[in-house]
Parts: sequence; C-alpha cells; structure tokens
Amino acid sequence: MGYVAVCGGENAIRSSETLLQFYRRRGETDSIQVQQIVEQMRLAVDRVMAEGSLYDPTLAALAIKQAEGDLVEAAFLVRAYRSTLPRLQTTPLLRTSGMRLIRRISAAFKDVPGGQILGPTRDYTQRLLDFSLLDERGPAPQPPRAALPGDAPEETERVSEYLRREGLLPEPSRDAPVPVDITRAPVSFPMPRSARLQHLARGDEGGMLALAYSSMRGFGNVHPTVAELRVGYLPVRITVPGLPEPVVIGEILATEVELMARGGRGDGDGSDAPQFGLGYGFALGHNDRRAICMAILDRSMMTEQPSAPAEDQEFVLSHIEGIEAQGFTNHWKLPHYVDFQSELDQFRARRAAASASHEEPVAPSIAEVPA
Amino acid sequence: MRYTFAFLDEQSKRSVRRALLKAVAIPGYQVPFVSRELPISYGWGTGGIQVTCALLGPNDIVKVIDQGADDSVNALNIKRFFARTADVFTTTLTREATIIQTRHRIPEECLTASQILVLQVPYPEPLRLVEPRETETNRMHAEGDYGRMYVALYEDIVRHGEITLPWQYPTLVNGRYLMSPSPIPRFDNPKLHMAECLFLFGAGREKRVYAIPPHTAVESLAFDDYPFRAESFHGRRCERCGSTDTYLDEVIADVSGRRSHQCSDTAFCLQRQANPAHPRGWGHDLTSVPRKEET
Repeated sequence: MGYVAVCGGENAIRSSETLLQFYRRRGETDSIQVQQIVEQMRLAVDRVMAEGSLYDPTLAALAIKQAEGDLVEAAFLVRAYRSTLPRLQTTPLLRTSGMRLIRRISAAFKDVPGGQILGPTRDYTQRLLDFSLLDERGPAPQPPRAALPGDAPEETERVSEYLRREGLLPEPSRDAPVPVDITRAPVSFPMPRSARLQHLARGDEGGMLALAYSSMRGFGNVHPTVAELRVGYLPVRITVPGLPEPVVIGEILATEVELMARGGRGDGDGSDAPQFGLGYGFALGHNDRRAICMAILDRSMMTEQPSAPAEDQEFVLSHIEGIEAQGFTNHWKLPHYVDFQSELDQFRARRAAASASHEEPVAPSIAEVPA
Repeated sequence: MRYTFAFLDEQSKRSVRRALLKAVAIPGYQVPFVSRELPISYGWGTGGIQVTCALLGPNDIVKVIDQGADDSVNALNIKRFFARTADVFTTTLTREATIIQTRHRIPEECLTASQILVLQVPYPEPLRLVEPRETETNRMHAEGDYGRMYVALYEDIVRHGEITLPWQYPTLVNGRYLMSPSPIPRFDNPKLHMAECLFLFGAGREKRVYAIPPHTAVESLAFDDYPFRAESFHGRRCERCGSTDTYLDEVIADVSGRRSHQCSDTAFCLQRQANPAHPRGWGHDLTSVPRKEET
C-alpha cells in the first residue's frame, strides 16, 4: 500500500483503518474485555479519565482498548466524546472533608486527627518484577478487613484547616467568583485561578511532571510540604428545583493534595506576619503524582514576578495541554508541499543572490529566528 | 448512539457562531472562542472544522482541500467527517461549493459573494514572530503598536536584501489589525484584498477565530522601496494543464532528480485541462501590491 497523498487517498485511509484493527487483535489470545481493563488497569483508567476530563471508567477503559494502550490517544478519544455532551448542571462546591477515604497521609505532622491511612500505594514496595504474574491464576487476594473504607462518608477535617486556625495559611476567599469553565467560556491570559486549576486538572501528566520537577529542582523555588494527600470516594451533589437540600447523585474517586510552600503573603516583604502559600491539586481517580504536580504548579504560578518557566502561567498552561500538544506535534506528518515550495522560492533566491555576490549568507532569516 | 448534527453539541456551535459574528464585525481581530475537542486531532484542521460545523446547514455543499488538493488524505478525512456527521453534499468543483474549507491555499478560481472560504490556522498570532507572550501581543494589537514587526522586516532586508518570510506572510486588515493569513503562500495573499467572498479563519488549538468580510482592504506588509513579492515560477508551466499563472507544486519526477511541476489546485487543473482558457477570475492583478490608500 503506497501512501499516495494526491490521489487514491480514500483507499489508503480505509486500508490503514483495517490494518489498525488487524494489529490491535493480532495473535491468538481472546479479546480483552473492557471490564477487565476497568478492574485491572485501574491507574491507566484513572489517568485517562483525568486527562480526558470525563469521569466514566467504562468509557476510559474502552478508549484504552481502542487505542491499544496509548493513554494519550485514549484521553484524546474521551475528550472528543466529551465535546458531544451538553452541560446540564453545575454542582455546588464539593466538600472533600466528606470523602470516604481509602488513603490519607500528611507529610507535615506525625499524627493528625482522623489518622494517617497508607491505603493502596507502591511507595514502600520494592520494585522487583513479580514473575508470578507471568502466569497468574486463582482468585484475587482478599484485602485486610479493616483497610476498606466504610460505606458512609465520614467527616475528616483537612489538615490545612488546623494550620489556617493558627494563621499559618490564608483564609480562602469566601466571595470567590463563579468558577470559569474553560470548556464553555473563552479564556485568555492572564487566567483566573479557577481556569488555571481546570487546565492543570486535565493537563498531560508527563508535561506537568517535567515542569513541576523543574520548579523544585532549581528553575523556580517551590519546596513544598505536603500538608495532606487524600484519596477517596467523594459524594457529588446537585441542586434540584423544589428540594431544599442538594441531593447526592453518586460518588467519584478522587485524589486531593494540599501543599504548603514559603512565599505566601507577608513572607519576604515583612508587611504582615508571614504565611505559607497553599498549592492545590486534584485528580479524578487515584493518582498521587499527578495531584502533587498540579499543586506545585498551582503554587508556582502564584509567583508575582515570574522568572522561571514553571512560574509563568502562559508557559505552563499553554504547553501542558497534552491533547493539543500531541495533535500539533503529529501534524508535521501532513503534506507541506505548498509551504515548502514557498520556502524553496525564498531559499533559491537567497542562494542565487549570495553566489552572485560571492558572499556566504550568514545571518539567519526572520523566518528562522524564534521569537 | 447518535451524535448531534455536525457533531458538536448545539451550545458549542452557537458559541462558535457568536465568536464569528464578532470576528466579521472587527475585520482581522482575533476573537477567543471555546475550542472543543473533535474526533480529529488538534493541528489537523480543528479550527476550520469547528467553524464549518457551526456554519453547516443541511443544504450546504462542502468542498475540502489540503495544499490545494481535493484528494489529499487529510482533506478526504475531513470531508468524510462532514458527510458522516452532517450528511451534507460534498463536491470538488470550486464554483459549486457553498463552503470551502482549506489548508494552506486559496483556490485559483475566484470565489463569489455566496461562498465562504474557511481557512485552517496553526498560528493565528502574526506577532509571534517578534513576541511570544499573549498578554503582550494583546496589548500591541490594542494599541496598534506594530513597530517591532516593521523593525524585524527592516532588519531582514538589511541582512538579506529582501523580506525572507516565505508563507504565512503578515497582512494589515482594513488599515487596523495585523493579521496572519494562515500558511498560504505569498502568491495567495493578494486574493484576500477586496474579495467578493467571506474569509473565515479558525485556529482550534490556539482557540481563536478571525475574519475578512467581503470588500475589505488587505495589505501585505512591505516598504515603498521593498515591495511585496510573490513566489515566482520563472515561466514554468503545469505538466498536466499547461498553466503558467497558477501556483505550482514541484515534484521530483524520477531518480535522476529531474523536477516537474503541477498545479497545486487540483480542481482548477482539471478545469484547465478541459478548457485551457478557463479563467481564474480574481478581480485584480495578482502580481500587484495592494496598498493602503494614502490619507
């Protein structure tokens, strides 16, 4: 099959699609069931839900299957599907203190009211390949009984509240404006915090990790303390006309991180008693790394005079958007005959002029100079 | 499971149309819009597709070209998308289409007052050449502060003897807004000036739309002593239709490296093959330089 870009393209596209189906299912094994992906590729599903910006484990698993495990492509499939859905409701603010917790840790205090819950984590495992999984049989192992969350949500106050009472953290603004939804309202820079947080919540994890790491490593100055990381089932409420109280319509699994870093109000200029600044991270599903990166970038972008890349909201938010970035990166495979012909016209004219004057063209052209 | 007509939900299409109305009202001004994800990747024409989706009605006839060609794989894929989600008629005949979506070319055949050309735009910001920050380019546009752009062009002339921007050559629209014409070749820039048709530009990834309404002055940046220059094909002709006045693609014809040339606009080339006198019909001399009128 030749890639004929000028004619016969339709056949080429169809053949390519058929080939994809062949590669997706080659071999002798049974087709992977979507439910298996939901249950056994838990963290892949969670990442696709976060970057796909849609809480639906089944559709995320379907996307992973369809994309042959390419998680960026899977998130893209989910995002595209999301574009077809109308927005029906906006929930009132969700209170994460009411999560059914499966994991909760604080790096700031040895013990906190409500306790530390290690929960399911690979943090303290030894990363040895488990060869027994090569041919895993038999039933799933039973969890320790006491380690599963209760059925009913319990109020567990966030660690940040204790620090707030002491004045170490600023009070959250109670007259916060209605959050911007970047998928419904056009936004431009500088963006309000709600838009920044939404960008971060759906950003590409690899990109966020790189930028957050740059900030803690030296290009920037966020040295955070994790006040709290919690993972659990968060009840989602909506208001229904005619009912006095919001009603719970279901739960989502989510990860929340609050971290503190120096450089809050009054820290540095001595105008006030110094406070820590708070960075906030939230991820659909269970993803510690993602939520920590988000919190670091949230904090670093509050820097008033940005000097490092991770402090500059235009730099961060424009480039962590994985679905956009992968698309544009891939688009260089498209034909560029017309543009290249135009380049050739310029280039040949410059070469002709240079050889006529026996001078080497040395200076870069304006088209080659990055702004 | 059924999708909405033209894929996007109705709220999203309406928001694109609102942005387009504003764009038409302020020629050359980049209007932010809510760019939604499509089942086609960002960078592959999503701005144009969203504009077209917002415009499509059941009676529209759509043509899609990529680099001038109707049967290029990406054009075909986008056309398939419109046919699949909006059930519209598609065509390759330029004059038959009500909406033409294009990447990197303006058709050779003149468009009429009843046609809309939707251009796909990768980089909507012409000032990106001299300034990476949107907060700063917004200010420059608001104040009409385009001095740095002219200085950059001047420096280019000092270094190279001419302005070396190849495609996506910046224009001044209606004497007010600096505008990127999208990566069309310089050859196509003059077609934007005082045209009969409506030009709509969509940048999906960068979330901007802008427009050139009919009969709008569009000037390619230049200096009096260094005029705008379109690409030259040095009298070469299309090996298929024999045209010498169209934009040509260069093809490496055989292993000896010999080059041949073909019209980039495949539909126009077919017309010319049938009738060598088939006119282009753009109402002005394509080699002339549209200049802002002195006031």
